Amino acid sequence: MDRAAIIGVGMTKIEKRKISQTFADMAWEAVNKALTDAGMTIDDIDNVVTTSSDFWDGRTISCMAVGDASGAAHKNISCVEGDGAYGAFYGMMRVLSGSYKTTLVTGHTKGSESVSSLITNAAFDPIYERSLGMDMITACAMQARSYMHRTKTTAQQMALVSVKNHGNAFKNPLSQLPLKIAVQDVLQSEMIADPLHKLDCSPVSDGCAAVIIAHESVAEKFKQQPVWIKGVSFCADSFFFGDRDLSHARSLAEAAKKAYAMAGIRDPKKEIDVAELYDAFTYQELLWLEEMGLADDATAGKLLEKGEFNIDGRLPVNASGGLLSGHPVIAAGLYSMGAVVRQIRGDAGGFQVKKAKTGLVHGVNGLGGQSHCVFILDKDK
Amino acid sequence: MSDQFQGIEPMVYQSQINVPYSWWAGDTATRFFVTLRDEKKITATKCGDCGKVLLPPRKICPRCFTENMEWVKVSDEGTVLSFAVARRPFAAIPADKKVPVIWGLIQLDGADTALLHYLDGLRPEDVSIGMRVTAVYSEARKGTIRDISHFKPVK
Repeated sequence: MDRAAIIGVGMTKIEKRKISQTFADMAWEAVNKALTDAGMTIDDIDNVVTTSSDFWDGRTISCMAVGDASGAAHKNISCVEGDGAYGAFYGMMRVLSGSYKTTLVTGHTKGSESVSSLITNAAFDPIYERSLGMDMITACAMQARSYMHRTKTTAQQMALVSVKNHGNAFKNPLSQLPLKIAVQDVLQSEMIADPLHKLDCSPVSDGCAAVIIAHESVAEKFKQQPVWIKGVSFCADSFFFGDRDLSHARSLAEAAKKAYAMAGIRDPKKEIDVAELYDAFTYQELLWLEEMGLADDATAGKLLEKGEFNIDGRLPVNASGGLLSGHPVIAAGLYSMGAVVRQIRGDAGGFQVKKAKTGLVHGVNGLGGQSHCVFILDKDK
Repeated sequence: MSDQFQGIEPMVYQSQINVPYSWWAGDTATRFFVTLRDEKKITATKCGDCGKVLLPPRKICPRCFTENMEWVKVSDEGTVLSFAVARRPFAAIPADKKVPVIWGLIQLDGADTALLHYLDGLRPEDVSIGMRVTAVYSEARKGTIRDISHFKPVK
């Protein structure tokens, strides 16, 4: 199979309220940062994939509204609705199709402009479920309870994810919410939806991220060192909550297994050097780690306590601060991708980890992680 | 950003998307809701291939990808598989519900999948995974999921 590489990344600072920028203004900033990073001009881009959600944007056909700012005029532009990791997947497929050489992928969101509870409530089945009034937070609270019950993971262990990631955020200037906190601060923060405290939840955020994916024939033509996509997969579980085992994420286990196989990874615990996972809530980092085989079942909390997932640990997880420190929905997977790409290139700045040859990027779509996308990125082709 | 925008206070516009929808419930959900409303019975569809009883009822079995389904009645009683408690009055919570609101994932006896619904008649502290609950029907039933008022603990 032909190969593809990420040759440029650009991200706006993640902020609580970007009142001086429209969606297109954010895209303009992220796209230009990615072009500069790659050493390209907009004329070097031959197609564009934008990632957005009409409900978060408050407009229909939202993907087309950032095309001008993304330099898509007279180019082939297409869209993905969901996490940015899925946009990157589609962007990669386009360069592998033989029809394109360089895809610019963007993802944007402004959580500050709308009401998350109403938008995520509308993801529930309109006939059987929606009128009960659940939303993403209460859905994930239900999953957290289920995970804690099965694995005996404690509230303290979950809180430690928040302590770690908010602490890491001090080293990442793009992050929204660096916090110097202790486990007790998390446990004493407002109980929002049992068992989730305020500091178990990611904040409301605005931001836009862009990545440039190139076919191998042009990947080394520009100034930036390419980071190679070695493996990728996404899988989805059943839509209805009650059809799934909420305490697990079977679709993630499956997606990871396929991505590892494609990348030739036999022992992910040893071979993955750095990971950025979808930590929208504290328990998710632990659950996702276990499902991806990066920690044995029901052990992630204990390994976290031993410091294994710290920046200087065995497997640094969310060294960028993760989504707990800034969660631009939709753009999130591309921010994670940008962070891992920079780790592998050795230019992650303050949150650079020691060894970063092989990295893992994870994106999520759907309530309580119905669908998962896993990328394995590598320094070597 | 260049200096030309210095001293400019960005403006904010209030707006909303307001589009009414009519959800055609389809044959399967319609039958489920009519039975719920008129007979106070909870019914599900059973796959003729794998034998799984699906609640909410579906026209097709997602595992077997077949529409070889038959209707079966399931029990009013079941087991709580998980639950969530809203402490903040989230915007999606219906106006007639006051926090704390408790939702349960309830596997009714005779069903292989679980149903989302309210747990009520107990304090959040008293809910536990594995507890037994039973359906309480609404007095005025209109053919919606809220024809079940909530699930309460089995004494």
